[in-house]
Amino acid sequence: MQMKSRYFLLSVVFDMKIAVAALQGAFLEHEKILDKLGIDYFEIRKKKDAEKDFDGLILPGGESTTMGKLLNELDLFDILKSKIENGLPVFGTCAGLILLAKEISNDDKRYFGTMDITVRRNAYGRQLGSFGTIDSFGNFEDVPMVFIRAPYIEQAGEGVQILSVVDGKIVAARQNNQLVTAFHPELVGDNTLIHEYFINEIVNQH
Amino acid sequence: MSENRYELNKNLAQMLKGGVIMDVTTPEQAKIAEAAGAAAVMALERIPADIRAAGGVSRMSDPKMIKGIQQAVSIPVMAKARIGHFVEAQILEALEIDYIDESEVLSPADDTYHIDKTKFKVPFVCGARDLGEALRRIAEGASMIRTKGEAGTGDVIQAVRHMRAIQQGIREIVSLRDEELYNKAKELAVPYHLVQYVHENGKLPVVNFSAGGVATPADAALMVQLGAEGVFVGSGIFKSGDPEKRARAIVKAVTNYNDPKILAELSEDLGEAMVGINADEIKVLLAERGV
Repeated sequence: MQMKSRYFLLSVVFDMKIAVAALQGAFLEHEKILDKLGIDYFEIRKKKDAEKDFDGLILPGGESTTMGKLLNELDLFDILKSKIENGLPVFGTCAGLILLAKEISNDDKRYFGTMDITVRRNAYGRQLGSFGTIDSFGNFEDVPMVFIRAPYIEQAGEGVQILSVVDGKIVAARQNNQLVTAFHPELVGDNTLIHEYFINEIVNQH
Repeated sequence: MSENRYELNKNLAQMLKGGVIMDVTTPEQAKIAEAAGAAAVMALERIPADIRAAGGVSRMSDPKMIKGIQQAVSIPVMAKARIGHFVEAQILEALEIDYIDESEVLSPADDTYHIDKTKFKVPFVCGARDLGEALRRIAEGASMIRTKGEAGTGDVIQAVRHMRAIQQGIREIVSLRDEELYNKAKELAVPYHLVQYVHENGKLPVVNFSAGGVATPADAALMVQLGAEGVFVGSGIFKSGDPEKRARAIVKAVTNYNDPKILAELSEDLGEAMVGINADEIKVLLAERGV
């Protein structure tokens, strides 16, 4: 069934708290969307922040090498990785997708590696290859998508549900508690659909 | 340049926020910068401190050197064109550079006109000393702004002055009555719609970084606390005793700009900072180029 209507936020669990990794990149844009949806959040910048209790984690767009470096140097990596492995709902956009990928086909680095996908970094080339489009996400049509020096998913493992395919490339997927998009839902602030999907279908179900 | 392309270019700057952009002159330096956590690198032939020392005319870098750096790293690569030198910009676009810095650090090619940046598909960042300059550059098509500061000095005073001037300018426009905005646009010699945007949103319509004179983690944190969304570090890293360690410390300082305890740890044992020259003792003020 195709749904054209806006995806309404049905319920936010009382005292739900989302953590936003605020190491580098476009984390404020995610926070603005959470504000719009009336969802409580805080920023992770150091170990003490990561040790708090929270119901979901957002890994924003930015530079994955920078964020990967900071995750290690600020002692956040092990704490967050174990939380994700234990089922913490996590939503990674662009660089966040790269952080979660098990394999990166054109890079030796690996980060959390918790999601059974192989991604290609800067898969559309340099900034001249950045583009915007409108396509479907799961059952939803007409979703605006902005790709900035974006990666795409070359291969997805068995347990991975493919949610968006643009020009033959997988650009959004889910594996249990993990949701990733190669594009930036945080940059189209008036369309909050994908954040609502994350809250409703993943955070609320865990 | 289509509206859409301009939005995409502004969006790339969004991705650089909270990051450090480092000047590099070789592929080896670019790799050190990337490994230290730089969000992007600026490829240039000589860092500003050396440009200052050498004197003479300073131009766009050799494309071969830029390509070497593009191959060495996976993060965005920026490069500088002279103010008004639209052919240097065309060449940089042909190299598929990720961002062009139309920079006062190089010798200006035109003392009246800046590059018409709307003619290009690749994004531009430009320097500014105050809100008027920032909005004029945006009107010409810049999709990112940085303070000019005073490059190659290791003296942060000008970057502070320029960031404060931009923020004061913004606060002033926010406080104006609607009908006063027209006169403000006239005063600043900028389009009305940009003044209106600042009035309604309390910020520039593009990302605003700090540049020029940042040499320590404390300098970087100072600029972010004053309102910078990220920092450019030029001579401060590769003119210091231990570039790798200093680079890593500055990257972390930008993330934890508001945590003095962490900043204290980061500032420890970094080796020699660049020697620096006081910005009021120098003869050539780069910031006065291209207003």
